[in-house]
Amino acid sequence: MQRIDVHPTHTHGKFKLRRGNPAPFGATFVPGGVNFSIFSSHATSCTLVLFEKHAPKPFGEIPFPDEFRIGNVYSMIVFDLDYENIEYGYRMDGPNNFQEGHWFDKNKVLLDPYAKIIGGRDVWGTPPDWDDMYHHRARIAFDDFDWEDDRPLEIAPEDQIIYEMHVRSFTKHQSSAIKESHRGTFAGIRDKIPYLKELGVNAIELMPVYEFDEFENSRPNPTTGETLYNYWGYSTVGFFSPKAGYAATGKFGMQVDELKAMVKELHKNGIEVILDVVFNHTAEGNERGPTISFRGIDNKTYYMLTPEGYYYNFSGCGNTLNCNNPIVRGIVLDCLRYWASEYHIDGFRFDLASILGRDPWGAPLSNPPLLETLAFDPILAKCKLIAEAWDAGGLYQVGSFPAYGRWGEWNGKYRDAIRKFLKADTTVGEMAQRLQGSPDLYEGAGRAPATSINFITAHDGFTLMDMVSYNGKHNEANGENNNDGSNDNDSWNCGWEGETDNEYINALRHRQIKNAIALLMVSQGVPMMLMGDEMGRTKYGNNNTYCHDNELNWLNWDLLKQNNDIFQFTKNCINFRKAHPVLRNTWHFQNRDYVGSGYADISWHGTQAWNADWSEDAKAIAFMLCGKHAKGGTVEDNYIYVATNVYWDALWFEIPQLPPGLQWHVFANTAMASPEDSWTPGSEPVLQDQYGMLVGDRSTVILVGK
Amino acid sequence: MEINIKKKDDLQIATIQGDIDSSVASEVTETIVPLVTENAKIILDMTGVEYMSSAGLRILLSTYRQATAKEAQLILVGLSEDIKDTMSVTGFLDFFTVSDSIDDAKKQLEG
Repeated sequence: MQRIDVHPTHTHGKFKLRRGNPAPFGATFVPGGVNFSIFSSHATSCTLVLFEKHAPKPFGEIPFPDEFRIGNVYSMIVFDLDYENIEYGYRMDGPNNFQEGHWFDKNKVLLDPYAKIIGGRDVWGTPPDWDDMYHHRARIAFDDFDWEDDRPLEIAPEDQIIYEMHVRSFTKHQSSAIKESHRGTFAGIRDKIPYLKELGVNAIELMPVYEFDEFENSRPNPTTGETLYNYWGYSTVGFFSPKAGYAATGKFGMQVDELKAMVKELHKNGIEVILDVVFNHTAEGNERGPTISFRGIDNKTYYMLTPEGYYYNFSGCGNTLNCNNPIVRGIVLDCLRYWASEYHIDGFRFDLASILGRDPWGAPLSNPPLLETLAFDPILAKCKLIAEAWDAGGLYQVGSFPAYGRWGEWNGKYRDAIRKFLKADTTVGEMAQRLQGSPDLYEGAGRAPATSINFITAHDGFTLMDMVSYNGKHNEANGENNNDGSNDNDSWNCGWEGETDNEYINALRHRQIKNAIALLMVSQGVPMMLMGDEMGRTKYGNNNTYCHDNELNWLNWDLLKQNNDIFQFTKNCINFRKAHPVLRNTWHFQNRDYVGSGYADISWHGTQAWNADWSEDAKAIAFMLCGKHAKGGTVEDNYIYVATNVYWDALWFEIPQLPPGLQWHVFANTAMASPEDSWTPGSEPVLQDQYGMLVGDRSTVILVGK
Repeated sequence: MEINIKKKDDLQIATIQGDIDSSVASEVTETIVPLVTENAKIILDMTGVEYMSSAGLRILLSTYRQATAKEAQLILVGLSEDIKDTMSVTGFLDFFTVSDSIDDAKKQLEG
């Protein structure tokens, strides 16, 4: 039997129409046509505007008949559209009163906030026609990808090893040695899956992949004349669309399938995909920014406004999305559900997430409804939710982010403590907390060690190589007189600012890098590393490369040969972590023996076994993990002993004794030259002296007792 | 776009000339789908296709699915490097049987 709603009931010129379905929002296929649905709390009328793909002028404008509006939602089915070759937008009429917060202007064509594909920036870096009446153009997507047996991997949080990367930067450099048309794209990441597998990471975290405008605020570099872009993309145009310029097939509008195919292939290889999502602000910027979508559709609903009608700027980027308005909460939830179900995304990292906990006037909420909703949502139930637990308005919530048992945090305190410790600048007491998954921050609140996303480097700030090569930032190329980027780098150049031929300094830098990687991979919690740190990537001291489409951001794969010792060491450390469940505990240490092994789950040592020096000026610390306590005593593992010496001279460490029949083996010693700085798990040589060892200056030794 | 069909014994060869996108979707569907009968052997010669849009790929995949359901065999021949690459990065290629030449396709069908 045929449904009667496949027949049009209304016409407008040549268009055949029917009353639409208010839900879902956006443009969706229905039998015979496309259902368009959009809401605005304050508009007085709405018109659907249809373009042929890339056409400068629309071929049709269809005002929504009054009877097609239900509540504040305009919905309409348009029949017989050539769905693949159209772009659509809306005109909204309504009050235009700055102080009231209303920006309606029916002369502007507006992007659907629910657009699943956005045209207009189809190929990365192709300069737009600035006179175009409609820059970011909604298109209609097929949500019919064949996932076969795939679904998100649901790797236990504590077992994750996250690799933070930027889609374009990862393979854009010619040294990536992949097909030219794949460089800098989702397809390029797929080509490099064998590399990611060899390295051993099991999750990639992609810097923003929602459609953004690389030409937002683009300008010439004052010195070189080179164009500076909105390169990183922390400025969303549309929350439901993948960045077309990141797809090799973006020019054909096939970015949706390309990204899904990449996710599917990564999943097949045991690698999860986490998206860095930016819900704190949009690309419309402040009062002087462009009208793209939200501002013209329902400014007062979407943005936090001062009583005078200006934008609050808790994001540092001009405006603040009004995340705890119930309508905006709805779109955030719809968005994440869409990515989780339609793209099989494994987790989300929320940029400046503390903004998501502010009320519409900016005050922090004790029980923020958006964060609670996301934490308890059934579709997102197995997704990792990771907060960057601070914002540009001064709210800092590391350790206190409203978590509902679900939210993890980028642990900024871990980063700061490890960096300071590596240059002998912090107390061993704080280090001990960070190595244990920061129980001082999380245990009291009932939050697991895996709450702590441990990182030493991320896209913001120095790379690991730069952290040991520069004392200060060198951001001149950003054209802001070196005023941008953080000044708190906790870095040490090892004796010379920048690149050098000095062998001693270079050896020390490699050692410091290995110390950092070793500590990261033996810390409880979730390690996250920055793309390229495994091969000594440098950004030449620039700690804020958000605007560069060049070698400051592009990963130079030749470094893999040049710094192969770092790569091999990293790979071994990742494998070591994977081989030892005692490094990936689900709950915090109890500092006691609760399985009857004769050893506490964790014990602390110094240059003397069983006698750690906790004094302020202590420069060495060691700990031992009892393998019989692995994962709360549920699995059996080896004993692990880690000694780290940040003093400028070698120190003799007395080693705790193992149960009879077991021997200490050397997994890693950063004082040794490659390849004897680390071993593949299982091949570790026996330690000659089972009672003590010399730990070199600024070095880390990891032993395994078996 | 044009489609020519030749039938030889139990084998049908459809030669497509021109771009495949949503504007020719119904024409392709109406011409190709009737070939898909129980146990049919079909070769789609795509040598003359320069571009296949997202809708074009979906038409083909949908046809391929119908063939599989009827235990018919369908092989794509003569895909250009560009089309093959697009199909590969978007995941479509995984679902099709592809051959370099009509002769190879015939052998595959016999085998």
